[in-house]
Amino acid sequence: MLGDFDLAEEAVQEAFVVALERWARDGIPDNPGAWITRVARNKAIDRLRRERTLDVKREVLEGLERLAPTSEEIEEKAEPDLSDDRLRLIFTCCHPALRPQARVALTLRTLGGLTTAEIASAFLASEATMAQRLVRAKGKIRDARIPYEVPSAEQLPERLTSVLATLYLIFNEGYFASSSDALIRTELADEAIRLTRVLVATLPDDAESRALLALMLLQHSRRRARLDEQGEMVLLGDQDRTLWDRAQIEEGLAGVEALAGVVGPYSIQARIAAEHARAAYAEDTDWRRIGLLYGQLTRIQPSPVIDLNRAIAVAMHEGPEAGLRLIDEIQGLNRYAPFHVSRADLLQRLGRDAEAVAAYRAGLELSTNPVQRAFLEKRIDELSG
Amino acid sequence: MKYMLTLFGPEGGMEDASPEEMKAEMDGWAAFSQETVDKGAFVAGEGLQPSSTATTVRIPGDGGERSVTDGPFAESKEQLGGFYLLECKDLDEALEWAKRIPLRAGAIEVRPVMVFDTP
Repeated sequence: MLGDFDLAEEAVQEAFVVALERWARDGIPDNPGAWITRVARNKAIDRLRRERTLDVKREVLEGLERLAPTSEEIEEKAEPDLSDDRLRLIFTCCHPALRPQARVALTLRTLGGLTTAEIASAFLASEATMAQRLVRAKGKIRDARIPYEVPSAEQLPERLTSVLATLYLIFNEGYFASSSDALIRTELADEAIRLTRVLVATLPDDAESRALLALMLLQHSRRRARLDEQGEMVLLGDQDRTLWDRAQIEEGLAGVEALAGVVGPYSIQARIAAEHARAAYAEDTDWRRIGLLYGQLTRIQPSPVIDLNRAIAVAMHEGPEAGLRLIDEIQGLNRYAPFHVSRADLLQRLGRDAEAVAAYRAGLELSTNPVQRAFLEKRIDELSG
Repeated sequence: MKYMLTLFGPEGGMEDASPEEMKAEMDGWAAFSQETVDKGAFVAGEGLQPSSTATTVRIPGDGGERSVTDGPFAESKEQLGGFYLLECKDLDEALEWAKRIPLRAGAIEVRPVMVFDTP
């Protein structure tokens, strides 16, 4: 049994989940016109944002789920259609005349419908800083007259890098919701996948686009296993892997295999996700290989968050002491909740309970997600009592 | 909308150029300028003498006396060397022009011109 230790992996790689969609597995019956239902559903979700109680939401959401478009209908929508408004807007928001951070923030705001606070959280920045960044970016689009156009065929690949980063952040915001409303976040993950499919269909030769799609599918395949009957999150190692979406896993794994020797940030991350998808049981996970892949990733894309992931993989493979040693070398993640939660988990493993409680508290202080907060409070109670 | 393309680059480098090289350099600029005229984008454009000819008037801002000093506004390896003022439909068009300016090294700043509402 890997037990509690998985919290670290889950916390960092998947962050804290509030996907309240386990009812999705109960199947989708008849489907009236997908377009109308999608619009109706989105409108209903907007109303739900204002609802208070979870029970009311669940009841309504169960009804809405039946109206959800089938995967075939989503496939149809993924035709390579560059006139798609959202795609055009994404390329405008990702214009190279804007700073990379502003491109991503703008796309999340404009296409993802995220609040400034949520975007700030996704970027580990303050809300004021993010608001200023958005105002500045919109001002430049207006004043310098950045066009609302899909770039020409020759400019398209050049513009793609920031588009991919943007889509992945949207997906992550959907997958690891930074604040309360679960279903809206799931919609974001679905939307990110949909937009990525459009991109892949448009640029089928771009390996990193295909890798990103595979990565999203492999991560999203676990959504039904991530919450239990009470709506509490289930860690990767404790998940009922029979609930994983086999069709998405197969599509994702096929995508990873087709990457062959490609080395890029999304290709490597997709390979890491594939390692988890291939393990029928948590115990089968090849942590050594995952650690190596994170090492490869941090070389081409240095980041303290990737170092944290690598430390966790090392802890899984070589033990908590080795992992903790690596974690304590990491700089710049003091305001990142998963950093403290991962540390806490390793400290707990090593029997250093008092230090573990302190680290859990540090994580709790930074956490905005109610499911995550409940989880951390429970941990602190267990260790203190 | 009008965009100002200001050209910054290292100065000199053509002192030892042969007459043929000099002509090729000048022809490149002439061809580019002619194209901006032919496509109806050209509003204005000039090349400047080197920054060794520059004189800067400093304005203290506190009402103090304006001083005249020898040299360019900022000492830098890359100096303002010229500009184009071009009429473009949007920033992308202005950037397309900028990418094709035959500057050998340096940077081109692209900025929209301010439009004032006249009463």
